[in-house]
Amino acid sequence: MLWNTVLLALRELKRNVMRSILTILGIVIGVGAVITMVTIGGGATAQVKEQIASMGSNLLMVSPGKRLGPGQSSGNIPFKQADAEAIAREVSSVAAVAPVSSKSIQAVFGNQNWSTQVTGSDNQYFRVTNRSIRSGRQFSDSELRAGAAVCIVGETVRKKLFGGQDPIGEKIRLQKLSCEVIGLLEGKGQSTMGMDQDDIVVIPLSTFQRRISGNQDVAIIQVSVRDGAPTEKAQRDIQLLMRERRHLSASDDDNFNVMDMKEIAKMLTGTTQLLTALLSAVAAVSLLVGGIGIMNIMLVSVTERTREIGIRLAIGALESEVLMQFLVEAVVLSSFGGLIGIALALTASIWLADVLHVPFVFNAGIVIIAFLFSAAVGVIFGYFPAFKAARLDPIEALRHE
Amino acid sequence: MNMIAFSQTDNQHLIELQGVTKVYGTGQAAMHALRGIDLHIEEGDFVAVMGPSGSGKSTCMNILGCLDTPTAGAYKFKGIEVGKLTRNQRTRLRRFYLGFVFQGYNLLNRTSALENVELPLIYRGVPSGVRRVRAVQALDRVGLKGWDSHTPGELSGGQQQRVAIARAIVTEPAVLFADEPTGNLDTARSREIMDLLTELNRDQGITIVMVTHEMDMAAYAKRIVRFLDGLVESDEQNGRTA
Repeated sequence: MLWNTVLLALRELKRNVMRSILTILGIVIGVGAVITMVTIGGGATAQVKEQIASMGSNLLMVSPGKRLGPGQSSGNIPFKQADAEAIAREVSSVAAVAPVSSKSIQAVFGNQNWSTQVTGSDNQYFRVTNRSIRSGRQFSDSELRAGAAVCIVGETVRKKLFGGQDPIGEKIRLQKLSCEVIGLLEGKGQSTMGMDQDDIVVIPLSTFQRRISGNQDVAIIQVSVRDGAPTEKAQRDIQLLMRERRHLSASDDDNFNVMDMKEIAKMLTGTTQLLTALLSAVAAVSLLVGGIGIMNIMLVSVTERTREIGIRLAIGALESEVLMQFLVEAVVLSSFGGLIGIALALTASIWLADVLHVPFVFNAGIVIIAFLFSAAVGVIFGYFPAFKAARLDPIEALRHE
Repeated sequence: MNMIAFSQTDNQHLIELQGVTKVYGTGQAAMHALRGIDLHIEEGDFVAVMGPSGSGKSTCMNILGCLDTPTAGAYKFKGIEVGKLTRNQRTRLRRFYLGFVFQGYNLLNRTSALENVELPLIYRGVPSGVRRVRAVQALDRVGLKGWDSHTPGELSGGQQQRVAIARAIVTEPAVLFADEPTGNLDTARSREIMDLLTELNRDQGITIVMVTHEMDMAAYAKRIVRFLDGLVESDEQNGRTA
């Protein structure tokens, strides 16, 4: 009987193709928008996670200031190089410790210039950040100690300043510092926040402190934990060590923080997920509007087909069968809209993912949910018109012109 | 149909109206459409119901067709008191025992003749294969062999009414109610339809109750009942047998 009803409904919808299409447009757009938002949002989240993973899950960031959020810290007693050395010496589970300071500076070579991130650190920096030297060499100990005017450049800087020319041995100017390029970093691509990780010039920390920042501060200490060692323990050890070195009494709060990448990842993915949820919610409203559209058209349809309903009732259709017929029509309409919406959304997502450089992550869950939701919209918004049809008086309905 | 238990007695009428009244509205505005109708119809009869507009013949047809219930009095169909049935029970009664033919044909638009005829069988739960065969037979019976796939828009008025008759008889109903079946047709087409109804009554023994204005058409019936002001004015056997 249900199959019959579905067939009847399909027959009815086929008779009014144009109206059927217009009716489901709202649902198509609603379902399409929700799935696209969730898929692209999911892709962005996956990208963030992947990039953080590529930075190494065993990475810890020690920064001065009270814990506020990534990149935020209240001005507070800065670290010194000695702090980094102390961590390397005292905390047994660390593999590498890199003190890092950086500043955005105009780099000049010949008549080319390019604004880039100049980072002062040591050879540990390459280990901690998982980067390797493609050509040339690392800093030598004496260069590091003496604060020599040498630098290692990233791929983007090479392209912008040198074009096709080999940069090794050339001199570039960073503010008043003229330094020799001794190495070229392996390309790493875009970072989580869309920043170009190859847009970088690395110089020895001592050089940075003396010639660029003019003080002995270290902005951040990056620590990589030995493979297999628990990051929680390293985190705690570093915390205790820093509290001691910064002379904090038991009642004082930390005036620095030690974050692991998992926490940073959580914050970043939390942001993208919140955005995704917000956009999806807006898209979901259009689903609701689509449902109201279906209800309107079904009400019009009931009025238009009053005579038909009268015939059916007179001939022997039960109220429940007429109700079922209109309900099934609404559900068939809305689920059909859902299916078209899904197809549209997947096409749009693949295209958008490509344009936005976000991986396309197929989310079967949201596709199923969106489909079920579109069917549910049919039931909910189809019920009232269907009920109205079923309750018609056959005598009145047959007289209807 | 399981819920309808018929009480079979020897002297039972197929249709029995006892003091049936129908009042629309209340108080001052009350309109007495039927003022006490007593009427029996036996199986195999062909009754023409006549009367001027407002005489109550349509109201009576609606009650006989189980589309409406009397305000007072009793309507027994095969011994069942219809007034005491629920809306759904009356629907089932229509579904299994009654066929309807209307003045305006009342076919489903943009639906083929075959599908129109199949419709009551769908509600009876007849499987599609059987449905098709019976619908084709019914169309054949009304002289529309080969017109299966035509929609009402592609058929003449007479043909449409034939499809409607096929739809009414495809279920082999106990009673066929025809409400001015020739009202929209010219004389020649009207005569064809009346010949068809007469045949169905004679050959298949289908009981027919037909409302009509025209004496010419009423003349085809075996019995003529005249209504006036909500009462039966006369009820006589028709001398002429068509």
